[in-house]
Amino acid sequence: MSKITALDLAKNQKEISVAEFFERNKHILGFGNSTRALLTSIKEGVDNSLDACEEVNILPDIYVEISNHEDGECRVIIEDNGPGVVKKQIKHIFGRLLYGSRFHAIRQSRGQQGIGISAVVLYGQLTTGKHATVISKIQEDRPAAVLELAIDTNKNRAEVINQTITHWDKPSGTRVEISIIADYKRGKRFVYDYLQSTSIVNPHAQITYKEPDGAIHVFERTSEVLPRKSVEIKPHPYGIELGTLIKIAKNSKSRKLSSFLKTEFSSMGDRTVNVVCEEAQLEKNLNPKDMTRNEFLAIHKAFKKVKIMSPPTDCLSPIGETLIKRSLKHETREISPEFIITASRPAATYSGNPFQIEAGLVYGGNLPKDSSVKIMRFANRVPLLYQQGGCITTEAISSIDWRRYGLEQKSGKGIPSGPAIFLIHMSSTQIPFTSESKEAIADVSEIENEIRLALRICARKVQHHIHKKVRRKKTKEKFELITKILPEIANKSSKMLNKPVPSLEAIITEIMDVVWIEDLIEYEKVKSNDVKPVQTTLIDEKMEKHGVGVITKSTIMVVNYKRKPQKFNLYVLIPEDAVVGMVEPKPVKISDKYIKWNLDDIPSADKVDIIFELAGLEEGDFDENDIYTEDINPSFVIGADKWEGD
Amino acid sequence: MVKDYSNVIKKIDSIASKIYDDLQKPEIPYLNLPTRSKSNIQFDEKLNVWKYGSNQIERSAKSLDGAMMLLRTMYMVDFIKQMIKVKKSSTLREMYYISEGWDLGKFHSQNESNLLAEDLEVITSCMREDFKLRPEEDGARVIGNLTIEELTRNNRKKKIHCQDDVGDSGYTIPYNVESEKINFKSIDADFIIAIETGGMFDRLVENRFDTSYRAILVHLKGQPARSTRRFIKRMNEESNIPVVVFTDCDPWSFRIFASLSYGAIKTAHISEYLATPSSQFLGVTPSDIENYKLPTDVLSREDIKSLKSELTDPRFQDQFWKNEIKLQLKLGKKSEQQALAKYGLDYVTDTYLPEKLTEMGMIKK
Repeated sequence: MSKITALDLAKNQKEISVAEFFERNKHILGFGNSTRALLTSIKEGVDNSLDACEEVNILPDIYVEISNHEDGECRVIIEDNGPGVVKKQIKHIFGRLLYGSRFHAIRQSRGQQGIGISAVVLYGQLTTGKHATVISKIQEDRPAAVLELAIDTNKNRAEVINQTITHWDKPSGTRVEISIIADYKRGKRFVYDYLQSTSIVNPHAQITYKEPDGAIHVFERTSEVLPRKSVEIKPHPYGIELGTLIKIAKNSKSRKLSSFLKTEFSSMGDRTVNVVCEEAQLEKNLNPKDMTRNEFLAIHKAFKKVKIMSPPTDCLSPIGETLIKRSLKHETREISPEFIITASRPAATYSGNPFQIEAGLVYGGNLPKDSSVKIMRFANRVPLLYQQGGCITTEAISSIDWRRYGLEQKSGKGIPSGPAIFLIHMSSTQIPFTSESKEAIADVSEIENEIRLALRICARKVQHHIHKKVRRKKTKEKFELITKILPEIANKSSKMLNKPVPSLEAIITEIMDVVWIEDLIEYEKVKSNDVKPVQTTLIDEKMEKHGVGVITKSTIMVVNYKRKPQKFNLYVLIPEDAVVGMVEPKPVKISDKYIKWNLDDIPSADKVDIIFELAGLEEGDFDENDIYTEDINPSFVIGADKWEGD
Repeated sequence: MVKDYSNVIKKIDSIASKIYDDLQKPEIPYLNLPTRSKSNIQFDEKLNVWKYGSNQIERSAKSLDGAMMLLRTMYMVDFIKQMIKVKKSSTLREMYYISEGWDLGKFHSQNESNLLAEDLEVITSCMREDFKLRPEEDGARVIGNLTIEELTRNNRKKKIHCQDDVGDSGYTIPYNVESEKINFKSIDADFIIAIETGGMFDRLVENRFDTSYRAILVHLKGQPARSTRRFIKRMNEESNIPVVVFTDCDPWSFRIFASLSYGAIKTAHISEYLATPSSQFLGVTPSDIENYKLPTDVLSREDIKSLKSELTDPRFQDQFWKNEIKLQLKLGKKSEQQALAKYGLDYVTDTYLPEKLTEMGMIKK
């Protein structure tokens, strides 16, 4: 056998085409089988549409249609009311793999999570041989462009097969139609789940979905407010790779190391720059373009040793507790859950990347009681539907003992079972996925810790709720006793004996022997002139637009059924998104979390009504008062808990 | 004879007064009554039966349940007072339905209203007949050589001979068996045999056990009604005829014997009217299962629980019962009266009963 030389090998060595690359890696790109391919195609399209709309402050209106032909071919249509794409960019965005603006920016976006819409175009071309059609309109008074695209797989370039113009009713928008081989029968459940989940974490989006049989599902918009725009930030020194550091230096306009470090990175002030240079034993005046690899390595090492402030976290765009609650409520209304709880953690960082965890919990109603809880995972408002077992969120849920909170769990570990849905949302400039398919969040201890803390807040609220339910039942019983049964006993006995009915006040006090607190929440529609919001994160656009809003009015009745006068402090929690309107009687403090009253000497058998109004919320956003008391024995009180401090 | 109810009304009014006075004091109204459970019965040496002990429970308006009970009590005493006034009576079931109109005071099951009627008996030391309340069920049957004189609804005294004047199903015991209603004119028998099941009663009737052995046969119909127990007691006391009890062999049947002989826990306040302390248990005993090699069933979990509970029941503390119950637990088996048919239809009357009765000294060889 003759010896094979490098020259022989070289004959077979050539650049592989994108098509080949795609073919070989399609499983990690989300096209591994025809079920996944359907979902991935829709996901890429919808994620793009949402990002595009938000970028230009348009409330997204997204239309998804699947038509199913025989022999396993589906035509997938995704249409939005976004800004559209300028004609000459269309072939790049839809016809070149790994082309786009978001790859290079450090900010919270959906786009970083997929390979891109062009992969769908390529997949369609490879499996059906058909071309994709893109319609785009960028301006109200101009016609829409219609392009038929094919991808030249050798060059990774799009070819425009055909182009024309058309009239389109929309002011602007993009529509893509792609034929793919996909298993609709098995994939349809995932598509529905994905769109529903997407709607939950994107309450500002309206999504309409038309199935092949003509059935139309509308996932309604529940918030008229666009999410806060995520801001692009510079990389933080803690998270940077050596290669990236060198690349940034090459492109930098800075001529000195000190100004390079200060301008190209987050959290680098003069003092920190000095400390880093000292640690790396490098001159501050070095020109970054002349630096050697070893010098960069010294900087890179110094980054790890020096204490650097966390990156700014205002670049994140979390959903917010009120909106999560509202959309969970909307999407689970057929289940009529017993309660919905949300929790939000402050922003934190891992390896220089800011992130924030939000959690939600839906409990009871028609949810199945004996199967595992449903876990809904989201990263930057995108649902994660596969690889639940390998995700850090699942691990965090499993590590908590849920048995005290009305769920079942073998030996207090693992995924609990019971009538509940868990929701976890991570927002970050950089989501650490376990793999390229981007379906599971990797095991990062800072993240797991934050998820666990968010879940613990939920758990505490669940317990609070359960206590409240028990208490409320007792309260109701006592109330029935004193208002109905006791007077009836008095009536009956006096009638039998022909004597006057005795007065019951003293006995009622004796039987109750508590301070009784009960609340009532009402919603009132008002004209916008009546309310003047002072501060809010949820600017109620609806109110501004239509001149109508909702006032959430709470009435808290405090009755002293003790024999002696009572004096104590009362607190109610208010959502941070809300604006406090009228409050009666005058409180001693209103913070962004609570209102506090000093209740002075309520005489025995007397009552006090406390009223406060909240604006900036929709009907049902605030449906339960959390009431606390201070400076009174908690066992004297029914209807409130002991105040444990801020 | 018109009964005088003034004492009953006085007692009923005293309940209303107690509540009314409490309200006026003011004090949270309450009523006390004996705990009606196994743990609170004790043997009354004088009466020779089991009565309630001194443990009391308080029904107070402090809790919702307690207040509900007081309200129902008020409704019930008022209802009883009305019935006495208009000279009517009602069945316990009728009262349960009437309570539908008692608004908050209405009962959720007849068992609740029956129990409260018993509570009232306990509190007032009246009998429910004094309250113009009567039970549903009765219909237990008697066959034997005895003549009863019954005052019928037409106010006529009618004599009935419980062999010659009745069919094979016997004389039916009415719910009221006091002397104002029935009297025993003549009895000629050596013993009374109280039988748990209808099937066995009919077997003894068909085999003419009443004539061949000079027996009075009484069908208990499971747990015997008050009137059945009272009827047996009166026969036993007035004519001095011994009573034997013949039941299945399982824990529930032993309780039938206990309530007939010692007094039932539920009605311990009137045990001296209802129980026949001299009655004896004939069988089927757990020993019989072994001695007669009877066909058996396995004890269920409830059976075992119930047998164990009987071991701590003060009424079953004599040596005979302790041994038999322990034996049954050891065997893990139970059996029925009719299992004796294994040896033929006549075996029970020709062999089993004569043997057992001879053993007990009821008949001579």
